[in-house]
Amino acid sequence: MAVAEQRTSPQASPEQAPQTWHGIIQQTLKRNDIRLVPYVPDRVLTTLIKNLHADPFFTTFPTAREEEAVGIVSGAWMGGMKGAVLMQTSGFATLANVLASLVAPSQIPLIMFVSERGTLGEFNLGQSLVCRTMRPVLDSLAIEHHTCTRLDELEFIADRSIKQAVTTQAPVALILNPLLTGGKVFDK
Amino acid sequence: MSPQANMPARNTKVMNRFDVTSRLVAKLKNEEAVIGGIGNTNFDLWAAGNRPQNWYMLGSMGLAFPIALGVALAQPKRRVFGLEGDGSLLMQLGALSTIATLAPKNLTMILMDNGIYQITGSQPTPAAAHTDLVAIAIASGIVNSAWAADEEDFERLIDQSMSASAPTLIGVRIDDKPGTGTTRRDPVQIRERFMLGLGVRRAL
Repeated sequence: MAVAEQRTSPQASPEQAPQTWHGIIQQTLKRNDIRLVPYVPDRVLTTLIKNLHADPFFTTFPTAREEEAVGIVSGAWMGGMKGAVLMQTSGFATLANVLASLVAPSQIPLIMFVSERGTLGEFNLGQSLVCRTMRPVLDSLAIEHHTCTRLDELEFIADRSIKQAVTTQAPVALILNPLLTGGKVFDK
Repeated sequence: MSPQANMPARNTKVMNRFDVTSRLVAKLKNEEAVIGGIGNTNFDLWAAGNRPQNWYMLGSMGLAFPIALGVALAQPKRRVFGLEGDGSLLMQLGALSTIATLAPKNLTMILMDNGIYQITGSQPTPAAAHTDLVAIAIASGIVNSAWAADEEDFERLIDQSMSASAPTLIGVRIDDKPGTGTTRRDPVQIRERFMLGLGVRRAL
């Protein structure tokens, strides 16, 4: 896009003014031709999910379980369509089997965005405990993961991680920390 | 009142997984994709004749239909078949609702139902005595769902699904025989060959 055009259309839509974390993710998905985005929702992801639904570029829909979404994007990848899965921490905790038995051994570039619950102000003990299982599971399978805490780093991390996943045929998890998203707090 | 009082009679013939899989494969003339679920469904798919458009699932029990859905969404002009066992489907019943909602007309799901976890020692599934999985599929919104009465009816339902305007699920009552072949457990090669077969990749 021309610089002049950028100046004359400020904040026309979330994707053209990616000053929010969800705007940056939406634009980065688009730039990398990631069209298929199944999800199991999280309060923190609400705006991103709403905006993906509103954008005809994306095929986005809820699934009943996170591993179902992983199966769908794995099949789509084999059929030539790129995808990503959105979930929260407790949803990631249901994925150890599919990561170990499908994604990792088949070398599928699964792209996961995980809204991080269980830290920095968590009010639900179950969430805080399940959160502690996430990075050990990723590390035990040597799955690349990054914790996104800063808006100014998000585009770099997301764009580079997606490209690395695709070119090296390896999964990646991008963990969206409350420092980036604001998280979910008791009095909200 | 018996829990089965309101269920349709299951007067369907008990068929054989390898036989019906072979009947399916014999009908494939247009490079249709076939996703074989965990264990016996993919073993019999392997034994029915290895095709570049076959994909064999080695783990991730319950994901044959979701994976087939993904292929169907990526390649809407290609017919995609998913082969799944009853125990596997029980692990992922919610997938039926997702498929009903997205409604890809190029997806045909074949459910092999023997009421047992054959591969782990033939223990009955929790659904064996009282659950009609085709009725669950219909209630999930997959209206083109039916039990195949016999082999001839199975072939008719396959043909019908090829030009259907919505996804199809075909239930097949099968015997307790183990799979006929053994898939070579090489997931990278299976995935790569499948992608070559679907025209997504070109060989080096």
